[in-house]
Amino acid sequence: MNFFRRHNNAVVLAAVLLAQLLALAVQVKRQTPSGPVTLLRLVAVSTLSPFERSAIYLGQGTRHLWSNYIDLRHVRQENLALTAEFEQTRLARLRELEDARQAHRLQALLAFKENWMDQTVAAQVIGTSGTESSRLLYLDKGAHDGIKVDQPVITPDGVVGKVLAVFGDHNSQVLLISDASSGVGALLLNSRLQGIVKGSPSGELTLSYIMGDESVQPGEVIVTSGGDRIFPKGLPIGTVTRSAMGRNLFLDIRVKPAVPLNSLEEVLVITSQAAREPDTAVQPHVRASDILAQHLPGVPQPAAPAATTNPPANPGQGAKKP
Amino acid sequence: MRGVRVSYTSREQVEVYRFSWPVSIGLPLLMVGFQAFVPVRVPFLRPFDFGLLLTIFFAVSRRSPVSGLLTGAFIGLLQDCLTSTPFGVFGIAKTLVGYGASSLGIAIDVENPSTRFLMTFVFYVMHLAVVLAIEHWLVGLPIHFNLGHEAGTAVINALMAVFLFSLLNRLKIRV
Repeated sequence: MNFFRRHNNAVVLAAVLLAQLLALAVQVKRQTPSGPVTLLRLVAVSTLSPFERSAIYLGQGTRHLWSNYIDLRHVRQENLALTAEFEQTRLARLRELEDARQAHRLQALLAFKENWMDQTVAAQVIGTSGTESSRLLYLDKGAHDGIKVDQPVITPDGVVGKVLAVFGDHNSQVLLISDASSGVGALLLNSRLQGIVKGSPSGELTLSYIMGDESVQPGEVIVTSGGDRIFPKGLPIGTVTRSAMGRNLFLDIRVKPAVPLNSLEEVLVITSQAAREPDTAVQPHVRASDILAQHLPGVPQPAAPAATTNPPANPGQGAKKP
Repeated sequence: MRGVRVSYTSREQVEVYRFSWPVSIGLPLLMVGFQAFVPVRVPFLRPFDFGLLLTIFFAVSRRSPVSGLLTGAFIGLLQDCLTSTPFGVFGIAKTLVGYGASSLGIAIDVENPSTRFLMTFVFYVMHLAVVLAIEHWLVGLPIHFNLGHEAGTAVINALMAVFLFSLLNRLKIRV
């Protein structure tokens, strides 16, 4: 009894450390990557997030009020520039439509099925883990919005990560692709080589399992392969920044992420994917000039009598879809 | 005024402080929340470990090892709640920091800014070493250590401690 009284501090320290070590050992043994949410985490996140959410919304409201006022001063010039850019984009889209139709026809020939993004939910990033050990994001959307564990999280620029846990109706946790425990099935866009993009403790991305006798050049784009059954195929992951011979016969490939993972404010969660065959219904062949005639205001409509007397330029144009 | 004797051979005494319950509970919650959620919009705050700074501040002010280690365990476990690693990684590290800081607080006067800077630098390095050791040997996670980056982070945390501790001094209640 005297011993405990004399070494009171050391005894308490040993007891607290022992309790935590035992808890740690139990968790490490039972650890599952996407297991159930523990009560402690649920309580902590549910307690902290409402305050942070309110603070962020308040700050954002103030910022928008101010920036909207400033933006109005330049809105006319910006509108003109955007209109010009829109017209250019529309022309580029027409060219891409032709390419897409051709790709769909080829996919139909191969009876190819692919995952389509059926539904996405936009979510606001409200927090991080606060440490560099875990590269996580907290979102302001949860079970109420259809968010579930393992759903992919993206932005229009590319892949962000996957949902790791859902905390109630209005909070969820996202594991970034830069986290050391992350892995995404990847495909080099030009060489069509497949590997896995992994995170690291430093947050750097690497592309693994590309054999050393292959040639991978810096600047090559990496997209999702769809092989992990989480991310749909074809989403940008990043670009190769360095490729050198590594250990164990594989190349050591460093990757720059397509998305600025440290400064995200909004993301999209893909809440529904469906395996579909591409829409390969025979569509009437429409020339780019015909589409332009419909959309551009400067091109005059053809005269009615001429349309009735002349045969159509393309016989399939009026065909209905089966 | 109650005090703790500096050493067995000295009669010089250092002051002991306490904190109100709202400060003891609310401030760690506020700081850990701040650290996790504010850097999303203010990225330059990312390198600061406010939980660690608060652990050191409470420990050296209370000058009680039991109180220091319990405060460290509370703040550390709170941080663990927001990560994907098992509970205890930050809990154990901050328990040790709390115990060490309060023991140091008994031995020397830590009110001087230069002492605070040096003390925080040392405890930051110790905290990092414990976290890396736990992650590597107990949890089996891959670890990354960049000497230049960590030294820089330790320095800016120590600088922040000097500034933050002078603000937090207003919350102290003399025993």
